[in-house]
Amino acid sequence: MTLKVIVKGKTQGKILKTNMPINFLGSVDKKTGIINDNRHDLTGKSLKDTILVFPHGVGSSVGAYTIYSLKSNNSAPLAMICKKVDLTVASGCALANIPLVIATEQEYDQLEDGKQVTLDAESGKIL
Amino acid sequence: MELTKEEELALKGEYGETLETAYRILVATGEATNAEKLVPIKWAHLSGANYNTIGDAGEEFLSKLSQSAKVKVMTTVNPIGFDFEKISGYKISDEFIKKQQSIVQSYQKIGITPSFSCIPYEIFDLPQKGTQVSFAESNAAIYANSIANLKTNKESSFSALASALTGKSPYSDLRINDKPNLTIRMKLERPDEMTFGMLGYFAGKIADNSVSISGVSEMDKRSCKSLCGGMGTSGRCGKFVLGEGTSDSEKVDFDKKEMQKIYDELNTSDRGDLITLGSPQLGLEEMSSLSSMLKGRSFKKRCMVFCPRAVQEQARKLGYTNGLEHAGCEILSDCCTCLTPLIGKDDVDSVTTNSIKGAYYLRNSNGVSVNLKSLPQIIKDETK
Repeated sequence: MTLKVIVKGKTQGKILKTNMPINFLGSVDKKTGIINDNRHDLTGKSLKDTILVFPHGVGSSVGAYTIYSLKSNNSAPLAMICKKVDLTVASGCALANIPLVIATEQEYDQLEDGKQVTLDAESGKIL
Repeated sequence: MELTKEEELALKGEYGETLETAYRILVATGEATNAEKLVPIKWAHLSGANYNTIGDAGEEFLSKLSQSAKVKVMTTVNPIGFDFEKISGYKISDEFIKKQQSIVQSYQKIGITPSFSCIPYEIFDLPQKGTQVSFAESNAAIYANSIANLKTNKESSFSALASALTGKSPYSDLRINDKPNLTIRMKLERPDEMTFGMLGYFAGKIADNSVSISGVSEMDKRSCKSLCGGMGTSGRCGKFVLGEGTSDSEKVDFDKKEMQKIYDELNTSDRGDLITLGSPQLGLEEMSSLSSMLKGRSFKKRCMVFCPRAVQEQARKLGYTNGLEHAGCEILSDCCTCLTPLIGKDDVDSVTTNSIKGAYYLRNSNGVSVNLKSLPQIIKDETK
């Protein structure tokens, strides 16, 4: 698969996948990277050092600061893969230098939670 | 996305680190929205001034940025955490005050207009129809597109900041095509501002970038702002158009059942320990109408009223604040119901408000229960 690259970079890690959108301002602890919204299916899990796969971001535009804070606090995902990109996630990842790619519906469905992968967000490949 | 030679050089860092960062953000958001180019914008409105939301990392980022950055266009900014003129009587830690002060200073150093308001459209002269702007506050972006005839995407804190520093924004989405592909048929009669807020909240959940709303002939300012606030809270939609929409657009009804679902989601208490009015902050028109409604009455419990500093000053001159204070209102500026540290679960269990946006954040961020009531109902029940 060739994914659309929004923020470049190369990394490897384990996929953490959800089919629920993420509200970074409201649902993520910016110090620890733990999802603290008990209505979210990732509640209690940490985004730290994962390849975070989620449909798209929702909620406040200030969520971009949360993404930046996660990086500053060493609690950020290694990379993010979305189906649709919103400006909050795109700008947050751009400032924090977190690789970000967009997957098509089909590509998204092939990504398995817990799987170890190498993401090349230069050429847009997952190995 | 195609960049001009100058923009390429800026992205490569030829004009310093600040512009390199700003262009990096614009390129990412441009690629994300399939923009072909950047276009000039006339006005940026930033979110991310409240220490409560941006935290230490945000404070440090802005402090570093302010050492070299300057805005290129008129730039206004969202509310901060509290009112510096009314610190006493509220529990705010010295640490919070210090960090909030630093954020304010950083913004002023980069040349923003210290508006600290989420309703820039009510306190500044609006540019001419069709002007491209860059608004990160969601209710303001929706108002700008839907009522003020301006053009903006529903920007993020950083995309609007990048626009402020460069005077540009990716030419995409609502800046080019704002035709709705969904019509929401309003089926409720005699709606009040809360109904409009819930209509907005419903629309935000299901609409894409833009939505038509039929069955609404007119809205007063309070209802219109409530709709913009509700819509901005729940989703990504950045514009509404009143009307039937095109014949091929999908149609969805907003009826009693749908409204009840939203009411049950947001209303979590049948009473409040205190009352808050203003999210979005109240404008002059609303301050005037509130003072008339409160004539000869006084609140039986605390009532916090949030409005921009500029509005409070005008309202003071016109005598409205006198009436409000007489009725027991605490008038607070530069901050808002949403995300203020002034309302905490250690002090109150529940809050009464007519704001749909406020209800969402009070529950999710402040951790308190919410009692939703329209303004006339609040005045009927909570004053004597």
